[in-house]
Amino acid sequence: MELIDLQTDVLVIGSGAAGMVAAKAAAAEGAKVIIVDKSVVGRGGATILAQMTVAVALGEAEEDHPDIHYEDTMKGSRGLADSNIVRTIVDRGPELINELEGYGVKWARTAEGIRSQVVAPGHSRRRCVYVDILNTGGATSAGLRKAIWKEPLITRCKNVMITKIVVEHGKAVGAIGFAFEQLKPVRITAKAIILATGGLTEVYARNSASANMTGDGFFLAAEAGAELRDVEMVQFFPIAHLYPPLVGIDPIMWDPFRYKLGGRLLNGLEEEFMEKYNNEVSGVYTAARDQTTFAIFNEVKEGRGSPHGGAYLDFRMVPEQKLKEAFGPVIDILARQGVDLTKDMVEVAPMAHFTMGGVKVSTRMETTVPGLYACGELIYGMHGANRLSGNALTEAFVSGRIAGEQAAKARELTEWSAAAFDAELARLQQFWHPREVQQDEAAMLALKHELQDIMWEGAGPLRTEDKLAEAERRLRQLRVKVAEVALARTSSYALSLVEKLELDHMIKLSEAIVAGARMRKETRGAHVRLDYDQTDEQPASIQYTLTNDHTWRLASIPITHSSSAMKGGE
Amino acid sequence: MSLITLNVTRGDAQSGQRIETFEVPYREGMSLLDALLWVREFKDPSFSVRYSCRSANACKECMATVNGKAGYLCSIRAAKDTVVQIAPVSGLPWVKDIVTSID
Repeated sequence: MELIDLQTDVLVIGSGAAGMVAAKAAAAEGAKVIIVDKSVVGRGGATILAQMTVAVALGEAEEDHPDIHYEDTMKGSRGLADSNIVRTIVDRGPELINELEGYGVKWARTAEGIRSQVVAPGHSRRRCVYVDILNTGGATSAGLRKAIWKEPLITRCKNVMITKIVVEHGKAVGAIGFAFEQLKPVRITAKAIILATGGLTEVYARNSASANMTGDGFFLAAEAGAELRDVEMVQFFPIAHLYPPLVGIDPIMWDPFRYKLGGRLLNGLEEEFMEKYNNEVSGVYTAARDQTTFAIFNEVKEGRGSPHGGAYLDFRMVPEQKLKEAFGPVIDILARQGVDLTKDMVEVAPMAHFTMGGVKVSTRMETTVPGLYACGELIYGMHGANRLSGNALTEAFVSGRIAGEQAAKARELTEWSAAAFDAELARLQQFWHPREVQQDEAAMLALKHELQDIMWEGAGPLRTEDKLAEAERRLRQLRVKVAEVALARTSSYALSLVEKLELDHMIKLSEAIVAGARMRKETRGAHVRLDYDQTDEQPASIQYTLTNDHTWRLASIPITHSSSAMKGGE
Repeated sequence: MSLITLNVTRGDAQSGQRIETFEVPYREGMSLLDALLWVREFKDPSFSVRYSCRSANACKECMATVNGKAGYLCSIRAAKDTVVQIAPVSGLPWVKDIVTSID
């Protein structure tokens, strides 16, 4: 079979905002870059779906400073963020907003010509820039795609899945995988490797990200020997669409309208309930995501949910003209599907939205494996136990920029052994085709749905020892069941081969989430233990390392906040 | 039970093109992409469709020709008791089934 054999200075795996910014930054330093993605470059992942805002202390809408952004983020994290990472990200946020503007990302401006900035729960200032309602992520992806398409030092490889980071003599020296539009093995030798593969939200039945957010980078990093932290911390987006079913619309699109128009949240009895949990005043949206998620599911648990297991979102008190102005074209998409917001309420409920834990990195985005960097949603440190709205893209831009700059400094290209390549190809063949079959013995999609149900029921936002233990038991069974499935040989658009690997990664990472959630016997931010409702006085981070036989070793590490991070890190 | 009938293009460069028919149980609010994913899950996992964001009309990967007109599968609602023709978009290199090579 034909082989794709490449050499480069910097290999970037993943092409959301973090990966594309990293590629561009490395090329700006003169490095030759290869950027690979399972999907089409710049279209998969989470960025393209990010509709809201980017939090940066520009201080244009009102006085602001990175110190205040730092304090808000630390406070929002419920004591669990890494202070040095937060400081690093908030300090360079304004710089990256300007850089992105240079790529044609047109941040909305006021009549006076300054950037429009809005407030979001947890941010004490008007800090969040945006492009256009519902299109910040789309416009960001488009601008970055243009920038990397124009850059001659960057080579793009679509529909390539990386299955192994090659580590020799303790250093990451290359990567192995396969292209699947036409099935071909891939080997890439690189001076430095940047993982930018995004989050792990696809393990949950209800989630708001792209289908390819299967957490591959967490597994690749851990298998290479890198340390993960707090992967049990999963953010649920509280008011994701639940009912009636809609097509062609992002399930999390209600949020900006709730801010803007003061949409009310009602329980199944059509009573407002947020004031009981967070003293939230009717029509004003101030509770953070962890708080609203808890409130909605607690109402459901107490028997006061909406008919499909969530809450009602109500805009009926808003005048029709105002609804039309605010919703723009969305009002027509809704009308075509029978939803009239002047008369109808919709049902909303939490959805898995963001992986807050991840790969442990230094402020230079180095993982604990030399030569291997990480950036974007994949890293740990910025969000702790609760991510503030707008902080995800800030993290993606700045961590991507730093990873690219640092990786470009690598000077040494190490030829690595053919044996490593042959062993990985043999492993893949055995993994996909333990027997020769004419048709896949089971549909990977069906087995993925089994996983998503296990995780939703057992390790969702409200957790107990019994349910977590049950999830652990079912995951163990599913792991064996999936491993045994033989797939048919195929040569073009080999989706099943990708899906089996994704599922294997997702099951192993789900085991980590469940083990961490059992170990964390407290309630903190997004991690709610109904059987341990106190928050420990001393916050601790859970460290995960992967053993050679693919089981997780966990350790609890008390967090000490760096005092130097509090005031200006420079 | 209401059904929708999908006449979809199958095959790749080696095998050539043919049309296959699948009957899919109709569910309220389902998109054509949902219907094709049902085929992958319950009838034939070897059926290929390119998709990423699934429902948001954001990634623009699920482009196909639907009843002769180009559109995005995630954004077209399936209608019960209808017959739908789904083919690869023309003008792009064909890869397999309804998947074309996009950049």
